[in-house]
Amino acid sequence: MTADFSIEPLAEDAMLLRFGEGIDPATNARVHAAARALRDARLPGVIDVAPAYATLLLRFDPLTWSSDGAQAPHERLFMAAKKLLIEATAEFAGAGTSVTPRAVDIPVCYGGEFGPDLDAVAAQARIAPDEVVARHVGAEYSVAMLGFAPGFPYLLGLDPTLHLPRRATPRTRVAAGSVAIGGAQTGIYPRELPGGWHLLGRTPLTLFDPNREQPCSLAPGDRVRFRAIDAVEFARLADHGA
Amino acid sequence: MTIAVVKPGFLTTFQDAGRAGLAHLGVGRAGAFDEPALRIANALCGNPGNAAALEITLRGPTLHFHAQTWIAVTGAPIPVNIDDTDQPMWAPLAVPAGARIALGAVRSGCRSYLAVRGGFDVAPVLGSRSTDVNARLGPFNGRALQSGDELPTPRSEPAKLDRTAPPWRVDPRPWFAGAGQERLRLMPGTHVDRLAKTSNKLLFSRDFHVHPDSNRVGLRLTGPRLEWETLGEMVSEGCVPGLLQLPPSGQPIAFGPECPVSGGYPRIGQIAAVDMPRLAQLRPGDALRFSPCTFEDALRMLRERERALATLENTIRHRLNGTLES
Repeated sequence: MTADFSIEPLAEDAMLLRFGEGIDPATNARVHAAARALRDARLPGVIDVAPAYATLLLRFDPLTWSSDGAQAPHERLFMAAKKLLIEATAEFAGAGTSVTPRAVDIPVCYGGEFGPDLDAVAAQARIAPDEVVARHVGAEYSVAMLGFAPGFPYLLGLDPTLHLPRRATPRTRVAAGSVAIGGAQTGIYPRELPGGWHLLGRTPLTLFDPNREQPCSLAPGDRVRFRAIDAVEFARLADHGA
Repeated sequence: MTIAVVKPGFLTTFQDAGRAGLAHLGVGRAGAFDEPALRIANALCGNPGNAAALEITLRGPTLHFHAQTWIAVTGAPIPVNIDDTDQPMWAPLAVPAGARIALGAVRSGCRSYLAVRGGFDVAPVLGSRSTDVNARLGPFNGRALQSGDELPTPRSEPAKLDRTAPPWRVDPRPWFAGAGQERLRLMPGTHVDRLAKTSNKLLFSRDFHVHPDSNRVGLRLTGPRLEWETLGEMVSEGCVPGLLQLPPSGQPIAFGPECPVSGGYPRIGQIAAVDMPRLAQLRPGDALRFSPCTFEDALRMLRERERALATLENTIRHRLNGTLES
């Protein structure tokens, strides 16, 4: 049912395709499937295909999608996208397969100077700090979207006991690699940034580097698992230039 | 060859047409806030319209040119001084080797553009030479220029301006509106119907002012407090420059070129692309008003502007050919 969506024009050269409301893994999976199909189709004049939780941003050249008729470029692109996604849905159903998402393993050193909020989170959740770590590494997450800053992944799948309101006062500096939780989500700060989430630990991996051929280690739709490492392993991996 | 930065000005950055197609990685567009001004400055230097130029904010830099070249300055009116002689904007200006170019304080508006023959030869980052100060991306690690920076320019320089040719300049009037109360045309945003009735009236009938805490990410506007009739919880959705969103404070924010690629505040409207240069030229304290506009009208105006700009770029190219030493 990938092709069931509505259109919300944003600008002369941009619109949202809406697949639902709120933060819902099934809706988000449909957004990613549609994003994949639209990217693969390489529609002419389409510049951005950017998924969020329940919507997909399309940015396009309005002149490519203009006509002499009364129909707006948004409508024409919407119809083209709809046709394409109906075909793609039928094709998936016919083949009986779906795309297997990429799985990414993220090593994290929890607690201490790496995760200054671990104890406070444990106290708020009324479980031991080790149990917070166990629950954080025990879940499989999906990258709902990248945003806030280049390469910042919003991950769905956080254990409900760890759903906490954000910090009352955001930090002005959060260290690069910090793994944090906020509300129903977990995320990773790719670089030093301000932030209001609770810091559980830090990964030695560089998630965003504009000079790499693939600047982002994670892409929307990826599956993510965290793996607990100690400070020695953190230092080793950091030296490795991971 | 390089150009040395003697004084950087208030906030001077490299800008071109911006970073396209990376919204899915959380990377925004950046690029010149006043795009026609960038394109005209480039045309006056015989460059492609999307070459990197300097975007100058409120106070201009002082630059030392090691080698002979030519430049052009467009956008907000700013004093241009080459070796103690005042020079016009919107014109190709010959620069002798060793010249010192001082740009003063912007007289009205907010942003001026300085292009150099051949464009600035900084390495592109993710496909663009634009500085994104907020995301820390672009030349010089995404920071604004500092004293002592050496700005690379292309080595080969065959064409020279004929200094005996009669001077000429582009009429700036269609491309810089000037001081005074701006009227920005606003296309309806997704949630505009859910504004309280009185707020909808206030949106299109009252002055808003630009808050000092405004930058290339967005302009914070102060004015009548706007309120929603009904509005559920929202989650992050795609954002683009020109978006007018309304946070719980009731004071709208107009997004600029360095805006985040996603955000969770409801959308009142979208500033017409043809009015983005006007938004770019508003400075803290300036007044503005919104008037409603349809997507169809915004697109028609954008097509008309693109035609006018292409015609002007062609005219400049021809005039420039007659001004070059053979």
